[in-house]
Amino acid sequence: MEAKRIEDAFKNGKAFIPFITAGDQGIDKTEEYILAMRDAGADLIEIGIPFSDPIAEGIVIQEADLRSLEAGTTTDDAFELVARLRTKTDMPLVFMTYLNIVYFYGYEKFFSKCEEVGISGIIIPDMPYEEKDECAGIAAAHHVDVVSMIAPTSEERIRTIAADAKGFLYVVSSMGVTGVRSKITTDLGSIMKAVRAANSTIPAAIGFGINTPAQAAEMAKIADGVIVGSAIEKLIAQYGKNAAQPIYDYVKSMKDAVRSV
Amino acid sequence: MTNPEGRFGDFGGQYVPETLMNELIHLEEAYNHYKNDPAFNKELNDLLNNYAGRPSRLYYAEKMTKDLGGAKIYLKREDLNHTGAHKINNCLGQVLLAKKMGKTRVIAETGAGQHGVATATVAALMDMECEIFMGEKDCQRQKLNVYRMELLGAKVHHVTSGSQVLKDAVNEAMREWASRTEDTHYVIGSTMGPHPFPTIVRDFQSVISKEARAQILEKEGRLPDAVLACVGGGSNAMGMFYNFIPDKNVRLIGCEAAGRGIDSGETAATISTGKMGVFHGMKSLFCQNDYGQIDKVYSISAGLDYPGIGPEHAYLHSIGRAEYVPVTDDEAVNAFEYLSRTEGIIPALESSHAVAYAMKLAPQMSKDQIMIICLSGRGDKDVASVAKYRGITVDLES
Repeated sequence: MEAKRIEDAFKNGKAFIPFITAGDQGIDKTEEYILAMRDAGADLIEIGIPFSDPIAEGIVIQEADLRSLEAGTTTDDAFELVARLRTKTDMPLVFMTYLNIVYFYGYEKFFSKCEEVGISGIIIPDMPYEEKDECAGIAAAHHVDVVSMIAPTSEERIRTIAADAKGFLYVVSSMGVTGVRSKITTDLGSIMKAVRAANSTIPAAIGFGINTPAQAAEMAKIADGVIVGSAIEKLIAQYGKNAAQPIYDYVKSMKDAVRSV
Repeated sequence: MTNPEGRFGDFGGQYVPETLMNELIHLEEAYNHYKNDPAFNKELNDLLNNYAGRPSRLYYAEKMTKDLGGAKIYLKREDLNHTGAHKINNCLGQVLLAKKMGKTRVIAETGAGQHGVATATVAALMDMECEIFMGEKDCQRQKLNVYRMELLGAKVHHVTSGSQVLKDAVNEAMREWASRTEDTHYVIGSTMGPHPFPTIVRDFQSVISKEARAQILEKEGRLPDAVLACVGGGSNAMGMFYNFIPDKNVRLIGCEAAGRGIDSGETAATISTGKMGVFHGMKSLFCQNDYGQIDKVYSISAGLDYPGIGPEHAYLHSIGRAEYVPVTDDEAVNAFEYLSRTEGIIPALESSHAVAYAMKLAPQMSKDQIMIICLSGRGDKDVASVAKYRGITVDLES
């Protein structure tokens, strides 16, 4: 199936964007869980290619990455997973991984494979704006958007990053690493204002620390979408190979919370 | 040597999450200001001299020289610094810089514990809060250093994620820094990590070769033929090499930890076995598998047990200015015992790697040639590990 573009994910009310580590519980299970998330209303899915040393992740996703690597998951398995999903869904899919994974695979080979299997974008947390020339050009040539990130410490950098953003903008809600937080204290209102002033058309989604439907609704008031990773990986850690129903229920509750905000 | 993009040739760069970018930019601005500030330099030199005990001695190892029968061997005695290693040079510089930047808290990673001890020491001196990240396996190998850091008032986090050694301690320290930059400086202990760290650490360590170059000219009236240093991340080696880089006739030799051998799968020799990659904020050489997953590495020496190498070393290697050689655990332990018996100096296991290669190289050189070995640290911390390696039980409680 021809994959939809990232911007299509933001046409169905506020977007809900779940993250899942490829190969945790096996690639077959990842496929099943992604389809469950789609059925529950997910608009865009981030597929994590596991890395041995994910420095932007909290303990939940670190452990998911290690479980997946111990099971033998490779970058080629992640491409295989997307190719299989493309026979069943046209929803936009993006990769999330660390630069060494992409660098080592070879930029040209990696992004031409992305284009071939139907990956619409990529998030690389350890490739900041200053280093995007590593592969942004090659990615663009293969119609893959390199998603930029804005952090609570970005300040005057917001203007440069947002003005140049492709696909959507990933706004990091909190200092530190991914993981469930009971409270988000960053002044996201001012950050979103600066983002909109710099780029009025790019969709912006908030991630890091979001867990409950109430938090998601709160974030959806000021953003175009909400990203959740650790809460989903926690369900997988808890339910193992039987996580499809809990994931479906959770994603549905989150999408329902943000849809009409 | 650093170009405007924070690179050494293709190596280096700033591959960190956006959360840390402004902090790195502020650090670079502050460093560029203070490195040329006479008051800052006066304060730092005062500390280096009166607190750390610099200049460190350049000692002619006469018995070792005669025994090996080749080149004249000098030891640059960084082991005589306060806290027993070269690490204090960088810690005094960075913590003083952090203080000038208005920080009140420092964090650091540590492998063998030497950098953690040095950071905790300077933090105590400068009234800074201090937290150290150390892999659980290293905590076990270096229990006394854990207690030493606690004595100095630091909190030691035992890192249980990943392979529980130095790289995992760096991961955790970076995660901690990303969660709290406002009052916190991350004192990176080696010539690694994102720009500007490789440059800052090299500059603060370059006092080693600045002194050694002047000392050898005074003693011998000429430059050495070779300088040797052990390399993990590469800070004592960069410090030892730096002022000799323009002296094209001085061989620069970095001694890597080969562990049980470079083909054994249990090694930390990055130049011998690593490939280009991007990790811990820098583009450099790393031990990694066919998909770019970072390898678990191994060395008997906790301070060299790191899967990467600083970007400036990767650059010096790429242009052929420096040579890098692997040294096994066995060779290092032999050198540890050899220097203890021959000169009455117990070297750190890390530094023993350089001593081991000197034992091979010196006999191949002529008697009118000169080499300097950077004795980066003292070996007291390693006595228990070496005893264990030799199958000797030492009961510390009796």
